[in-house]
Amino acid sequence: MTDANQQMVEQYRNNFLREVEDNVEEGEWVKMCMQCGVCSGSCPFGPHWEHPPQEIFMMIRAGKRDEVLQSDSMWMCTSCYNCIVRCPRELPITHIMHGLAHYAKRLGIAPKNQPTQKFAQLFWNNLTKTGRVNELKLGLALYFMNGIGEGIKTSLKMQKIGLGMLMTKRLTPMELIGGHKCKDAKGLQAILKKAEELEAARIPATGK
Amino acid sequence: MAKKSYSFYPGCSSQKAASASNYMVSVNSMCETLDIELNEIPDWNCCSASIGYAGGGELPRLALSARNMAISEQANPGQDIVATCAACWLATKEAQERLHDDDTLMTETNEALAQAGLKLEASQNVRHMVEVLIEDFGYDELGKHVKKPLDGIKIAGYVGCQTNRPFGIDGESYENPKYLDKLVETMGAEPVENYDQKVSCCGGALAFSEPEKSQALIKDIIESAYDGGADMIVTPCPVCQMNVEVYQDHINQKYKTNFKMPVVYYSTLMSVAYGGSGKDAGLDGQIIKAKQLEELASK
Ligand code: SF4
Ligand code: SF4
Repeated sequence: MTDANQQMVEQYRNNFLREVEDNVEEGEWVKMCMQCGVCSGSCPFGPHWEHPPQEIFMMIRAGKRDEVLQSDSMWMCTSCYNCIVRCPRELPITHIMHGLAHYAKRLGIAPKNQPTQKFAQLFWNNLTKTGRVNELKLGLALYFMNGIGEGIKTSLKMQKIGLGMLMTKRLTPMELIGGHKCKDAKGLQAILKKAEELEAARIPATGK
Repeated sequence: MAKKSYSFYPGCSSQKAASASNYMVSVNSMCETLDIELNEIPDWNCCSASIGYAGGGELPRLALSARNMAISEQANPGQDIVATCAACWLATKEAQERLHDDDTLMTETNEALAQAGLKLEASQNVRHMVEVLIEDFGYDELGKHVKKPLDGIKIAGYVGCQTNRPFGIDGESYENPKYLDKLVETMGAEPVENYDQKVSCCGGALAFSEPEKSQALIKDIIESAYDGGADMIVTPCPVCQMNVEVYQDHINQKYKTNFKMPVVYYSTLMSVAYGGSGKDAGLDGQIIKAKQLEELASK
C-alpha cells in the first residue's frame, strides 16, 4: 500500500463518502444519487462494467473503499455523456468516473494492467511533453505498452491501418524525429506545474 | 453576407499529416465559399480530450483549455472560439463554463496562467463549427451556394456522442438530432431515415485501449447504415470518423462481414456540393474511397 493511500485511510477512517467528497472531482454530488439505475443502462461497454455507475455510488456510501478504487469499472467509461443527459438528479456522472479513476491512480491503487489506465497516462505524458499530441509516438507507445512481444504482434495487426493512414497523408514518419509542438512548451509546462501544486495544496492526497 | 470571423481552435488531429488533416482541408474549402475567416489561436495546445484524466487532475486539465482561451482573448478579441473537433469543443466549452461558474478554480487557474504571463476572463463563447453553420448561416443560406447537388447519394448521418451530449446543437433532441440529416438534404443528397445508430458511441478514445469492445460498437454503427441503404456515412467528429473508417478490415475479419463503407465529414459533402475539386474536399484522405463524391467532384 502506498503512503498516500495509507494516509487517506487513516484520515477518513470509515467515512469513504467524505473522502470522495473532499478529494474526487465533482465528488460532492455522490450523495444526490437516488439509485434509479438509469445511468447503469447507459454505458456503451455496459456488460464489461463489473460495477456500473449506480452501483459505484451505492458502494461509496456503503464505505466499500478498496472495491471501488481498485475496480476496473471507471476505466470502462467512454465519455459518451449518455448518463449525464439522462440522470434525473443531474449528477455529472462522467466527471465523477474520471475523478475516481484519477484519484485511484494518484493513490497508486488503480489496477496496474488496465489498458485504458495505461493509455490515458501515455496520452497525458505525450501531450505534456510538447504541448500537442504526437499521434505516431502515441500509437507506438500504445502498441508496445504490454512489452516487446505483444507490441510487435499489435504493430503487425495495425500495419495495414498505419499504411492506409500514411498513403492518405494522415500520418507521417516525421513525427518520430520532431513533429508538431507548442513553441512555448516551457510556458505550458510551468502552467501545469503550478496547477498541480495548487491542486495538491487544496486536495490532501498528492500520492506522488 | 458579410465576412464572418472566428477565433479558431484546430486541435491536434487536424494538423498537417495528422489523422484528421483531410477534415481541415475540406473545412478550409467550405469556409472559403461561405466567406468564413478562421483566425487560428496562436501557439494553441492540446486540450487532453476526454482521456487526460489518468495523469492530469482537474485543475491541470482545466489549465490546458484555459491557456488556449487566454491566448484567444488576447489575439482574437470579441470573436467566438470555434472548434471543428468534437472533443476539443467539448473540453474547451466545459472548461469555459466551469471556470466561469467557480471562483476558486478561476483564481487558481489564473495563478497558474500567470506563470506564462497569461490571464483569463473566460468571456468568449465556445462553439462547434456545426453550430456556426446552423445558427449563423442557416440551411437556406448554406443551400444557396450549392453548385453540384449530391443527387442520388444516400447518406447515414452519424452524429455520435460529443457534438450531441451534454450540450448539443440548439433546439435538437439528444435522442434524435436532425441537423446532420438536414445538412445532407441541403446538399441535395438523401438522408437515411431512422438511422438507429445515429447517437451511439463508437468507443471514442477507448478504441485504442479496448479495440475489441469498441469494434463491437462500430460494427453495429456500420451495419445499421447498410440496413438503411446508405452509400456512405457522414459525421461531425474526427474521432468518430477515424474509428468508423479505419477498423473495417479488422471487423470484416472477426465478424465475417463485408464492410467497405466510406465515412466522410459534413464539410467533405459541402466542399463537393459547393463545386470543390476532390483535392479541395480532402477526398484523397479517404482510406475507403468515396467514389460517388470523387466522380461528382471531377465532373
Ligand atoms: S441516473 Fe443519476 S440518480 Fe439514477 S442511479 Fe444514476 S446517478 Fe443515481
Ligand atoms: S459517460 Fe461514462 S459513465 Fe456515462 S454512460 Fe457513458 S460510459 Fe457510462
